[in-house]
Amino acid sequence: MTSDAFLNIKNDFPILSRLIKGKEFIYLDSAATTQKPNSVINSITHYYKNYNSNIHRGIYSISIEATEHYENARTNVSNFIHAKSPNEIIFTRNTTEAINLVANTWATKNLQKGDSIILTEMEHHSNLVPWQIIAKKLGLNLEFIPVNNDGILILDNLDELFSKTGKFLAITHVSNVLGTVNPIKEIIAKAHDFGLVTLVDAAQSVPHMPVDVSSINSDFFVFSGHKMLGPSGIGILHARQELLQNMDPFLYGGDMISSVSLRDAKWNDLPWKFEAGTPNIVGAIGLGKAIDYLNHLDMNNIRKHEQNLLSYALERLNELGDIHVFGPKNPEISGGVLSFSYSNFHPHDIASILDTESIAIRAGHHCAQPLMEKLGVPATTRASFYIYNDESDIDKLVHGLEKVRSVLS
Amino acid sequence: MSEEMYKEIILDHYKNPRNKGVFPDAEVSAEDYNPVCGDRIRIDIIIADDKVSDVKFDGEGCAISQASASILTDMLIDKSIDEILKLDKDDILEALGTPVLGPARIKCALLSLKVMKLGTYSYIGKDTPTDPAD
Repeated sequence: MTSDAFLNIKNDFPILSRLIKGKEFIYLDSAATTQKPNSVINSITHYYKNYNSNIHRGIYSISIEATEHYENARTNVSNFIHAKSPNEIIFTRNTTEAINLVANTWATKNLQKGDSIILTEMEHHSNLVPWQIIAKKLGLNLEFIPVNNDGILILDNLDELFSKTGKFLAITHVSNVLGTVNPIKEIIAKAHDFGLVTLVDAAQSVPHMPVDVSSINSDFFVFSGHKMLGPSGIGILHARQELLQNMDPFLYGGDMISSVSLRDAKWNDLPWKFEAGTPNIVGAIGLGKAIDYLNHLDMNNIRKHEQNLLSYALERLNELGDIHVFGPKNPEISGGVLSFSYSNFHPHDIASILDTESIAIRAGHHCAQPLMEKLGVPATTRASFYIYNDESDIDKLVHGLEKVRSVLS
Repeated sequence: MSEEMYKEIILDHYKNPRNKGVFPDAEVSAEDYNPVCGDRIRIDIIIADDKVSDVKFDGEGCAISQASASILTDMLIDKSIDEILKLDKDDILEALGTPVLGPARIKCALLSLKVMKLGTYSYIGKDTPTDPAD
């Protein structure tokens, strides 16, 4: 059942009217990146055609205009995730850069040899590799919250994990492979009980469901613009102000200073202390427009829409047979992500044959090699949904999978 | 593109692989992975009088990687060591009958050639070139 708001939505996304190989383009890889609506695309060309200028220092009109648009986008992000203040919103390149910022500033200053960083077995490489490097540098331990066969975190031993030497928890809100929505609020609360500082990788949650950082109460919270209709090259770090105030800058240079002498410099106020150099101005502006688009649809409706699509896809794949779905298989605790294996067909063969039907899905390890090892497969096939997908896309996917069988067997 | 990717010869070798198995004591033996796909190929070659007298491959992965390994083993029999070291990318693509593999899939097609060269260079005591599949 599709709500009316979603009916003609494909018309807002010019790429979805493109014919590829003479066929209608079916995009089912939004967990990797999302397509962009006209309003976002137009905001980018509008900036370059009408008020392209550097921000924060120009006295002339269009620089003031650019600065206003850039800072309004920050306010838009802040309101969207219910942050206390736009000063808590740092623009980065992406989720990965936001995590590296925390690893290189807060972690290097506050963690010591023998301390433990707690992660989970379902992390994307972006929330794993930076911590491996910091752990090696500082002599820290890495501990992992395990995943069960249904792709759900096993939370029985949290007390033990957190109480021993745990100082920091970095955890994904929604798994990019399994779609699992983790009970993040409860886990963060428990981590705080034991005095841990926390980071939530929200790259797969903020685009797809209502998210309230004040309620989640994380210390650091990171996500990417391009996974929520925005341009690539713009990401977000949200953090509590008192943490940000006590952290050293990540990168040094222009715009992040308040005063500079030949041998010393003082840092700018939040949030600009963490935004060295000319930022991705148009990226932020485009992200602001993306948030307007999402707000117009309402995040509750978006969540419901994806849950409906996931239910429908599970039902259709079940009818098709010979499909093994990785993950919870329950829309109540799943995002719009469906990872599966199909008979003994290799995911790359499945992806190549679906491509002949102009269907884009993802095949591979999805930047989560340790999780693949846990699932006992080298790769999975992943279809992921967003606002512009509908039941007909899933029907075409199932039809494509029938073709895969006829070619390969 | 992919419509032409799965040529009859590829599907035939994928469904009915030739020379599948292992020779535990072969003169030439090597194995490698394509970490992105998880494709694995092992090739064992029995050498007699500086020629390939028999060959087997083993492994798992996508249709392209497994079919190209099967096709390659057929190409090796009775060839001299010099001749098999001269085999290159174009020979494999020609044998597969599919010049249209995109950048994402060409590694699958060339994994077996790489493994054969790794093993053979090691057998003759020479360093493997930087890009053995070239």
